[in-house]
Amino acid sequence: MDCIVCQSEIIMQITWANLFQLSLPRPICDECAAGLKLLGGKQCKKCSRPSIEKICSDCLWWEQQEEMNTIEFNHSIFSYNEKMKAIVATWKYRGDYVLGEIFRDYVSKAFRERFSFLGKESLAVPIPLSGERILERGFNQALQLCEFLPIEHAGILSRIHGEKQSKKTRHERITSENPFFIKQPINKAVVLVDDIYTTGTTLRHAAQLLKQHGCPTVYAFTLIRG
Amino acid sequence: MANKITIKQDEYHLHFAGKLLLRREIPLDDTAFKQLLATKQFTPLKPIKEKNFHLHCERCGNEKSSLFGKFPCTQCESTHVYCRKCIEMGRVSECEKLYLWTGEKPIWPRHESPCTWEGSLTAAQQKAADRIVSAIRINEKETLIWAVCGAGKTEMLFPGITEALICGKRVCLATPRADVVKELYPRLQQAFRAVTIQALYGGSLDKAGTAQLIVTTTHQLLRYQEAFDVIIIDEIDAFPFHADPSLPYAANRAKKSESTTVYLTATPRSKQRKRIQRKQLPHIFVPLRFHGKPLPVPKAKMCFSLKRDLQNLTIPKTIINWLKNRKNPGRQLLIFTPTIMLAEKLQKPFEILLLQTGLLHSAKQLQSVHAQDPDRGIKVQAFREKEIVALITTTILERGVTFPSVDVVILDAGHDVFDEAALVQIAGRAGRSPDDPTGEVILFHQGKTEAIHEAITSIKEMNKRGGF
Repeated sequence: MDCIVCQSEIIMQITWANLFQLSLPRPICDECAAGLKLLGGKQCKKCSRPSIEKICSDCLWWEQQEEMNTIEFNHSIFSYNEKMKAIVATWKYRGDYVLGEIFRDYVSKAFRERFSFLGKESLAVPIPLSGERILERGFNQALQLCEFLPIEHAGILSRIHGEKQSKKTRHERITSENPFFIKQPINKAVVLVDDIYTTGTTLRHAAQLLKQHGCPTVYAFTLIRG
Repeated sequence: MANKITIKQDEYHLHFAGKLLLRREIPLDDTAFKQLLATKQFTPLKPIKEKNFHLHCERCGNEKSSLFGKFPCTQCESTHVYCRKCIEMGRVSECEKLYLWTGEKPIWPRHESPCTWEGSLTAAQQKAADRIVSAIRINEKETLIWAVCGAGKTEMLFPGITEALICGKRVCLATPRADVVKELYPRLQQAFRAVTIQALYGGSLDKAGTAQLIVTTTHQLLRYQEAFDVIIIDEIDAFPFHADPSLPYAANRAKKSESTTVYLTATPRSKQRKRIQRKQLPHIFVPLRFHGKPLPVPKAKMCFSLKRDLQNLTIPKTIINWLKNRKNPGRQLLIFTPTIMLAEKLQKPFEILLLQTGLLHSAKQLQSVHAQDPDRGIKVQAFREKEIVALITTTILERGVTFPSVDVVILDAGHDVFDEAALVQIAGRAGRSPDDPTGEVILFHQGKTEAIHEAITSIKEMNKRGGF
């Protein structure tokens, strides 16, 4: 099997652990995997950002914005380093769907560790793309991440087309209008799923709308903390 | 791609002729586009075909099953196959079409005297240049120019390009590497001032690719079909052109059915040599460097503790001895290593050693460079300007760069990355200037490989053909 990032052959090291038990083939080679940086160490409890403070200054600010203080916490897995930027660019912007497979194991493991308290009754909701964007890419990367989760997911949100988030400045993002609308009311706890948490505005907008339509608590689960 | 440019209706053919494009690469609104489709000026092609039970990407020729992926298309609500091989040029999938221009064909201007280059060619260069001119004049299918490193290949091309422009032909000069495109572009602009020239490479600003004379990376040829009357492919032996089958595939498709392909190389691969021997590929050999001196012949030096020493990041005794007894210590030093890791890690031990022997005056005069180094351009420039005395490098500097007076050292020349072509190219870095036409090339190895042997024989052979 070849690494899906660098196309070089993956040579399995035979150890006592996998000598008698066949292990599943990994989609990514050790070298590429080593380029991805897992978040760890001291982090903000609310947004997963590496921080010495228990709650970082951004999150303290969000807590004062009553209307937008809508998510319990965000959990992210990776930091946004150069290697990750390159992978995300090909996966998301070029539309190389297969690359998402890299994250399958990481996502399901992180979910089990961090969100096991939720139980089966909760629902994963992917952050939607606007109609125009989905036309461009053909798929929603957040929906792909949802498929790696052990709980059910439903696309109950829609999005009005606007400028790409990654093209906006921080101020433009925070003060932007809520671009979402909701298709059906909900009464279960929701885990919002997206690929990147940057300022948190997108997720908070979505959560605000969910809460207005009956959702008791909203959590956020993102692949990368930008 | 550029969505905002407006194209006049009577210029469509100038923009789209010879191109093979995705819908999103065609900057026209839907009504204009549909009309062109209805009038059969664009012909849609199926981008991914099934051939004998395996898939085939029409754009890049990929047939490797591991390089096809599937994605669930939200629009069509079904799963589509797409090509992962050429995804950097925009995704090609089953639910899209590739569009080929089948409308009016553009007529390229005939230039009267396009060449503004004022230099002159040596006798050996002139012979090859004449050969290219006659090949272009009679539309000879293909011809190979085998010119030793430092023969002055670019200048040899000017008469041929001139001839093509006089005949109103469209010319493409393709090379495997973007660095080389960036270097060639200004030189061509100087040589053909009145001609519109465009340079294409990943990240180039001008993406239109509509000029009569185009300098491009071989990758960008993936967007062309039946476009050029003359294609000149530089360094056909270089990575990735010989290793990636989609590049010859693209180059072959980009030429018109009646056209001339000129290959340039200093070290033909066995595939081309066989064709030369069987007289299937006409070729001309340029054995002389432009200064008329022979190629420096590399010396292989056995070094028993080499691999162990390199692992421990110490410099083997044999190398230290050689360094102390160089014939001309005034030359700069180019040290090749097989891996990026070694290039980085050997910097410190070499720094200590070279400071001790007095070759360096400060630690800054030694640098290491590799493909992922963001400062590689700056470092290479500093080496050219002799601010750096010794440079440790991976194979990225094996070709296309000229330093006037260097000694070349290869550490672990038996490593797989140093194949025959690479060794010949690396040896060709020495003795490039008429002021210092020799230079030492030392291959340190721990057991001679086939490649080392072949490289030395082939350099001797080339010198012999040059009359030395």
